[in-house]
Amino acid sequence: MQIIPVPGNLEWSAFDQLARELAKGGEQKILFDARHLRWVDPGGIVGLLAAGAIARQRQGDPPRLQLSEAGDVATYLARMNFFEAADSLFELDIRPPRRSWSSSDVLLEVTPITTNTDIHAVVDRVQQQAGAILSRTLNYAPSAVVQFSVILSEVCQNIIEHAEAPGWVAAQSYNWAKRLGRQVLILSVMDVGKGFRGSLADTHAARFGDRWGDATALEAAFIHGLTRFPDSGRGQGIQQIRKQVRRWDGAISIRSGTARIADVPPWDDTPPLEENLPAFPGAQIHMVLPAHGADDA
Amino acid sequence: MPDFGIDPVSIDVGHLVRRNVASLYSSLVTRPTGQAVRLAIENLLADEVARFSLSIIDLSQVTIIDFSCADEVVAKLLLRYLGDERPKDAFFVFRGIKEQHRGPIEVVLERQSLAIVAEGETGAFQLIGPVPLHEERAWEVLEEKGSVARADLDGAFPESDARRALESLVDRRVAFRSPRSGDYWALSFLLKKLA
Repeated sequence: MQIIPVPGNLEWSAFDQLARELAKGGEQKILFDARHLRWVDPGGIVGLLAAGAIARQRQGDPPRLQLSEAGDVATYLARMNFFEAADSLFELDIRPPRRSWSSSDVLLEVTPITTNTDIHAVVDRVQQQAGAILSRTLNYAPSAVVQFSVILSEVCQNIIEHAEAPGWVAAQSYNWAKRLGRQVLILSVMDVGKGFRGSLADTHAARFGDRWGDATALEAAFIHGLTRFPDSGRGQGIQQIRKQVRRWDGAISIRSGTARIADVPPWDDTPPLEENLPAFPGAQIHMVLPAHGADDA
Repeated sequence: MPDFGIDPVSIDVGHLVRRNVASLYSSLVTRPTGQAVRLAIENLLADEVARFSLSIIDLSQVTIIDFSCADEVVAKLLLRYLGDERPKDAFFVFRGIKEQHRGPIEVVLERQSLAIVAEGETGAFQLIGPVPLHEERAWEVLEEKGSVARADLDGAFPESDARRALESLVDRRVAFRSPRSGDYWALSFLLKKLA
């Protein structure tokens, strides 16, 4: 059995550790050892689901997931509907706790995205809850609820139109007091589909020649708005999301294959382009939207 | 009344979304939703018998429109009736465009170099889209006058540039020229006459 230790602090970038361990694996059964998991954010949750899906695809059988029953993590994961999504992916070593508490910081529990109806449901649900978090917690203008819903719709459509595989979305606000001195909203979307390179290869690989790869594919989509569709109306989604995130002084990154590309605001030190990361099929879109000062709204 | 046959058509997009997508909140999101709504509009127009139609595309009940839906329900709808292969001569006035709709709609219009006539919440009409300044001025003159008879064209638009701009507006389908008399009509004025 291959044992993959799950980092104690499982945020979006920690997925790279899971991907690295997964890349080592062969045919043997996988155990995700999450007994030391102490903190997880939406990026970490959807990352763990993606890792489970990859392991399951590879082996045909679900991998095992060990979680500690002590502490708040399992309860928090239950609050985020993690166990519903994980049920078909993992053999769980604990009985999932019941959802015993709610949190006003949760904007969107882990939600599988497999059809356009799922996107309608997510957008409708978020509109009911986003006002409180975006306006009161982040001091965004009232119109931000609509702008955020449009972003959410576009990133979720990316799963269905390009990945051709299941994906998940989750969002929650946090107080990044030490890291940024502000509240932030984290939105994370992940799928285990064909990735940006796979999606664009048939229509764009030839023109890039030897340069074609995960990073080039990400640049083509993220910077230049290329898609696999010849339709000139396509490819606006990511471009417009980037513009809106910049207006909010936020950060957005897309990780696919072995590369990650990002729009980096001054408060963030993420590199704008990373290559030679551990390979994983699919895509991870991650956004951090910081609170504005009270006067900015 | 206009001196030619034209069908007035009123289309409530919120209703079409609910009928086609069963969304309780009338969110115009995802490309398949936009395609379904656009096809429903095209089917409605196909049922009209007159060669010309003027449709009100009513977005009043639409809470959200994303970029994919704006591309389908606005840009692709307009493109369908602009080309030489158009099934009929359809003109559109958009009603109920709120501030939250404008961003996605303006983006898709810009991308395809299209323009629309929109009726605002106050009842005033405006031109939305990337239109050159001289065309915008010509549109405003026509909008203010309502209609300009062919015989009065030189008086209303003394400069040849302005007359060319008016022709360009007709080509963009944000102004109407009667096929019988050659008179020019603002779409808002035509709408009032058909009401």
